[in-house]
Amino acid sequence: MNVPLRHTPASAALAVVDCDIHPAYRSPKDLYPFLPARWQEHMSTFGEHLRQGLSGQLAWPRMMAAGMRVDSFPEQGPPGSDLALMRSQHLDANGVEYGMLMQLSRGGMEERNLEFAAALSRAVNDWQLAAFVEPEPRLRAGIVVPQEDAAFAVTEIERRAADPRFSQILISPRSSDPLGHRRYWPIYEAAQRCNRPIALHVQGFSGGHASTASGWPTYYMQEHYAASSGMQNTLMSLVFEGVFEHFPKLKVVLIEGGFAWAPALCWRMDKHWERMRKEVPHLTRPPSEYVREHCWFTTQPIEEPETPAHLADIIGWIGWDRLMFSTDYPHWDFDDPQHVFKFTLTDEQKRKVFRDNAKALYGLQ
Amino acid sequence: MKVPFKGAIDCDLHPAMPSASALLPYLDDYWRDQLVNRHIDKYSFVLTSYPPGSPLSARPDWRQASGAPAGDLDAIRSQALDPFGSRIAICNVLHGAIALFNDDMAAALCSAVNDWTAHELLDREPRLRASILVPAHDPALAVHELERLADDHRFVQVLLFAMGDALLGRRTYWPIYAAAEKQGLAIAIHAGSTYRHAPTASGWPAHRVEDYVAQSTAFESQLLSFLAEGVFQKFPALKLVLSESGVTWLPTLLWRTNKTWRGVRPEVPWIDRPPAEILREHVRLTLQPLDVPDGRTLARTLEHIGTDRMLLFSTDYPHWHFDGEDVLPDGLSDEALRKLMIDNPLETFPRLREGAAMSDNRGKKQEAVR
Amino acid sequence: MTQQKTRQVVAKASDVAPGTSTVVTVKGRDIGIFNIGGEYFALANRCPHAGGPLCQGRIVALVQSDGPGTYRLARHQEFLRCPWHGWEFDIRTGQSWCDPSSTRARQFAIAVEPGAQLVKGPYVAETFAVSVEEDYLVIDLAG
Repeated sequence: MNVPLRHTPASAALAVVDCDIHPAYRSPKDLYPFLPARWQEHMSTFGEHLRQGLSGQLAWPRMMAAGMRVDSFPEQGPPGSDLALMRSQHLDANGVEYGMLMQLSRGGMEERNLEFAAALSRAVNDWQLAAFVEPEPRLRAGIVVPQEDAAFAVTEIERRAADPRFSQILISPRSSDPLGHRRYWPIYEAAQRCNRPIALHVQGFSGGHASTASGWPTYYMQEHYAASSGMQNTLMSLVFEGVFEHFPKLKVVLIEGGFAWAPALCWRMDKHWERMRKEVPHLTRPPSEYVREHCWFTTQPIEEPETPAHLADIIGWIGWDRLMFSTDYPHWDFDDPQHVFKFTLTDEQKRKVFRDNAKALYGLQ
Repeated sequence: MKVPFKGAIDCDLHPAMPSASALLPYLDDYWRDQLVNRHIDKYSFVLTSYPPGSPLSARPDWRQASGAPAGDLDAIRSQALDPFGSRIAICNVLHGAIALFNDDMAAALCSAVNDWTAHELLDREPRLRASILVPAHDPALAVHELERLADDHRFVQVLLFAMGDALLGRRTYWPIYAAAEKQGLAIAIHAGSTYRHAPTASGWPAHRVEDYVAQSTAFESQLLSFLAEGVFQKFPALKLVLSESGVTWLPTLLWRTNKTWRGVRPEVPWIDRPPAEILREHVRLTLQPLDVPDGRTLARTLEHIGTDRMLLFSTDYPHWHFDGEDVLPDGLSDEALRKLMIDNPLETFPRLREGAAMSDNRGKKQEAVR
Repeated sequence: MTQQKTRQVVAKASDVAPGTSTVVTVKGRDIGIFNIGGEYFALANRCPHAGGPLCQGRIVALVQSDGPGTYRLARHQEFLRCPWHGWEFDIRTGQSWCDPSSTRARQFAIAVEPGAQLVKGPYVAETFAVSVEEDYLVIDLAG
């Protein structure tokens, strides 16, 4: 028989840093003030050009309410578009001290027309500030850039670098080449130079490849899982291509891709690197050491083993200093900070995961 | 550690593939004509996944002065069977026919490889069993080959590959599973790619080690496919053997599919119990390579997996995953070893049970290897 | 504790039409009231999985299957999907469909009482207008 859950008032709970919040437009025209007229017209005539058969919705439709929490719909506009509701329902209610914005939509990361992608990227970065960060000082923006155009991405990163309200750089882990490929290295160089982590948030749209090595899944149940296998592939590439070897100060945050897979992947990379070292002589250390030094993971969607304490093994192997709490508000598989862990954490572990790791990484006071 | 008693069943062994000239006698005259006149027989059928010179492909002390590793029966006996005291070993001949786009040619070559395996390996060494190599991309041809060999009970499973044209749980492949279930054959999904798609969701890695490491994510995708498509509901007697997968990625998949299922159940309502339960019942994994740094971590991981029924002993000979005779991880009890090496394989492969007793010496040590 | 002190009037029966629900707050607890074909059920508005506002979820049928690729609906409007993770709960019993042995939404006994009997109780008179023609929904917080 389960124990009824009691809600602790936010003031009594630990203040949290939420490392994954999704703002939304009330309508696509919200971007227009930040888009040159030429691109406004392009948007309304041709729209975005993505790698999917449908343009109006995802080809693996989500479960209830298009993948949103049913209770997160404001009076007008989609979930995440109403700052007042975001405050009352989430920031205030859950004691969020800082929230890191992940703007996934219309930012140009998946746009096939790279000129348009550049305009979108610039616009969405301006929009984040105007619509959310300026009115709500608890929120931080991410510099959204189209990774397929590294030269433009670098200019946009440099343009925003002096603004501390941009905490990290968002690129898609579903890129057209594995992200360790040299053509993305100028982005990492800029990230390292501008002292911002690279944020890899799970993406709904393909960068040109099927979401599995044997093609496309049938059901959303599979596609949901593919987010974590895809994130593993991306991490492998960053390690083996030598991105971490070449950029010793680079930091990477893996967001919404799960984290329980990380220890096993590190063991696997280490084991086979040991055998295949002559192929990758540019790696001077075992893969797991690079991951340990350069990578952070967000918690949501948290794994729920049959024996909750097993998750403590996983986090122990990753390191309690590398995990950062996230809710994914307002998506359906939202994790509530008060109920997210089904085993007991020490006070120190709670402080680290819910707040201090993120504050240290992002330089938040 | 070394194998402490005799009688193991090695569930993944790789005799070298036959040369084209060795295969010619097993082809009909049309395909012999094609192979010779088009010079197909002058080039190898080596799979991109297993470059012959790569350290992963063969352990140095298992390479020979001439000929491919595991290329003759004496080497297989003295290097793979005798040192481990194995009573039975299942041969997976990884031949590149399966990567051809012409399904008819692929089918003809697969048949030839299977016939060669029966005559050159199984007829000459009674400890050996084998997988049926099939052109999976054409399920009708695959079924035809499966049924052609079904009466030879030394073939115990059907061999498929982790990275192919489409996810293997899809309904187009179901005739293969129907035939396998009917014939008491397991389905093996083995590491390796036909490279119909990029090996990762973000494209083509630069290095072979990356393609190899990525195999574990391919296994995850295949398992999700079998699960979500309802293959185990449709074919309740089917066993799936994931071969050369790495193993330790498994607990995360069990946890995550359980959790996701509770939220997406109406999309796949034929899944009538927790995915972890279904997978523990139907899925097996061969031992080597075992991606784990030490015995203590292995013990925790086995606890996370939550059952001792899933692992099947294997050497993966001649692929290089361990040194000397230290094929077993440290820290497993005798009882766990008996399950791993004997009971689980017997339970998984119905054909191995015919005329062979299940391990009837539970709790008793068998004859030591030395 | 007497029976009367844990029993609370929470709404008029006519407030909750068949196939619908409402959420009321009783002594600091949010409780969802559901009408399935004239029968009333009450569940705590807190999902036992992760604390979501369970009773704000959709009232749905149960999706069943006779095998891969087949789908049918049964027990229409008798299931509740948590608005967060979509877990399915049997409104009649509070039981989670996927995890019946270990997860159950907190239930409260609920009864329909004719108006005339309630005029006497002290809590009733303070909270709701009483009319002898109306039927009232009364919740027992003891569960």
